[in-house]
Amino acid sequence: MAILELKNIVKQFADYTAVNGVSLSIEQGEFFTLLGPSGCGKTTLLRMIAGFESPDSGQILLDGKDIKGLPPEKRPLHTVFQSYALFPHMTVQDNIAFPLKMAKWNKSEIDERVREQISSVQLERFAGRYPHELSGGQRQRVAIARSLVDRPKLLLLDEPLSALDARLREHMHVELVKMQEKSGVTFVYVTHDQSEALALSSRVAVMNHGVVEQLGTPREIYSHPKTYYVADFIGKCNLLKAKVIDASGENVVLKVADSFELTINNSENKFKLGLDGWFAIRPEKIKANWDPRVEEGIANFKAKVKGYYYYGDGTLYEFLLENGTVIQCMLSNNRPHQASFFEDGDEVYISINPLAGNFLVE
Amino acid sequence: MLGNKLSKSLIFSGTLVYLFLYVPLLILIVYSFNDSRVNVGWVGFTLKWYKVLFADKQLISAAINSIIIALIASTVSVILGTLAGVALHKYKVPLLSTLVMIPVAAPELLVGVSLLLFFLLINFSLGMVSITLAHIAFCLSFVTIAVKTRMHGMDDSLIDAARDLGASPVRAFFSVLIPTILPGIIAGWLMAFTLSLDDFVITFFTAGVGSSTLPLAIYSMLKMGVTPEVNAASTVIIICTLILTSIATKISPQLFK
Repeated sequence: MAILELKNIVKQFADYTAVNGVSLSIEQGEFFTLLGPSGCGKTTLLRMIAGFESPDSGQILLDGKDIKGLPPEKRPLHTVFQSYALFPHMTVQDNIAFPLKMAKWNKSEIDERVREQISSVQLERFAGRYPHELSGGQRQRVAIARSLVDRPKLLLLDEPLSALDARLREHMHVELVKMQEKSGVTFVYVTHDQSEALALSSRVAVMNHGVVEQLGTPREIYSHPKTYYVADFIGKCNLLKAKVIDASGENVVLKVADSFELTINNSENKFKLGLDGWFAIRPEKIKANWDPRVEEGIANFKAKVKGYYYYGDGTLYEFLLENGTVIQCMLSNNRPHQASFFEDGDEVYISINPLAGNFLVE
Repeated sequence: MLGNKLSKSLIFSGTLVYLFLYVPLLILIVYSFNDSRVNVGWVGFTLKWYKVLFADKQLISAAINSIIIALIASTVSVILGTLAGVALHKYKVPLLSTLVMIPVAAPELLVGVSLLLFFLLINFSLGMVSITLAHIAFCLSFVTIAVKTRMHGMDDSLIDAARDLGASPVRAFFSVLIPTILPGIIAGWLMAFTLSLDDFVITFFTAGVGSSTLPLAIYSMLKMGVTPEVNAASTVIIICTLILTSIATKISPQLFK
């Protein structure tokens, strides 16, 4: 059963619509991510779930009950804030005990649970310290420990890693997933970092301008983006202008970037003759070779190396087509022959399999 | 600042400024121990002016008045000023923040005269109560500014976090907001207390006949010339101010940076 259900949430501020009809159903135990750029409405949505804002219309059901009108302190969920919001005048121990004190637990129960919670995040040595005496990663752990201490039904995390440096952030990815699995608490995570969203989540909702553009597992979102926006926002993607030039059979033929043709499936009969759109294909799904390779259904054409970026594990090439279109192609550096490294100006043949990309209609 | 070598010219000019500030006060303090009626040459060390001072019933009762007024004015203004500071931070109404600054920036003379006119207009009899009200009025601004400064440095999500973790609005105010801004509140209280204790101009206009505070009493003693007794009284006030100010600076350093 869904632990959290959002039904057609709308929230308007004076001059713009922050959330414009969002419906989501989040399952018990999920690591669910709201992903989008700043201003897409993800934080507003989170604040409405927490009770700091109230929706203009729509319903928020927690465990099947409408929580509209409940103030934040009455909602059985907690938030981890971007700034951690640890109380500066309290020690680690007192910070973690705060929710239990508010819930009027008795002293011995509080002590026991707090001790347990502190040891679960390996902060025993820091129990008596104040927040300003801790490192960023330690503060982060205290903030999460404090939010999980009374076993809430839901934990909301608002860009909790954005204040940490890159290495620590990666380390915290592992910790976050561990904490989530160990506690069994459903996480709703807000981030603008697409790689973080892909790495951590069981499901991702990509938001833009107050609506959910696409909802799915990280793999679905990455491999089968449904809109131009999602393809562009998640990872690197070649977005090439395409037009349906033949729709006579079960398959349709696309003219891509005014230079090559691809045949794609049209069994759902969605694509009509003359339809404009974009052919989206990830750089690593494109192949490049010294010589032409003719295969059934695969487009193979000549291109020139315009430049490349060496990333260590792979090299990102930029290929120039005759009409000036640039196609990016990520080739693994783990290929057998040194000859597979191309230099600027080299003429190569690139292959595009229509099944590796998606035709997106705006 | 450690490790930054001060240039000689900076040390020199800095010394001059501090001498300019403190030499007059030092002279006054020194003369309060001088065994002579007139402030001319050094005759010898004595504590007799302090004995005279503490035997002066009028002066002592004026000092007690001052302390009572300062205690009430600073405490009332700290309560109101804290609420005002928190509210001004939360609801950013531009004009109101500026208006709070005006009593601090306006000439004291003007504030004093306007308060006098106001009390006369509403037929309020002048005395201890009117002085206290006047002091609350100008202390309020200082406390509000001190608290607002402190609020500015506070992470706004602290209150959200307290609510989120189960605290009612009232509970969040007392168990998270107040402790977080406490240094600002204490500094504001100490500032208000010192300002009220030392105030002459505004008190002069709102005192009426019969009620006197320490600064007013000293002023009336001055009519007979600057006696060593005045020096002694001033020295006591300077030392009290110094103590309170250094406590305020220690508690809320960022306020005085």
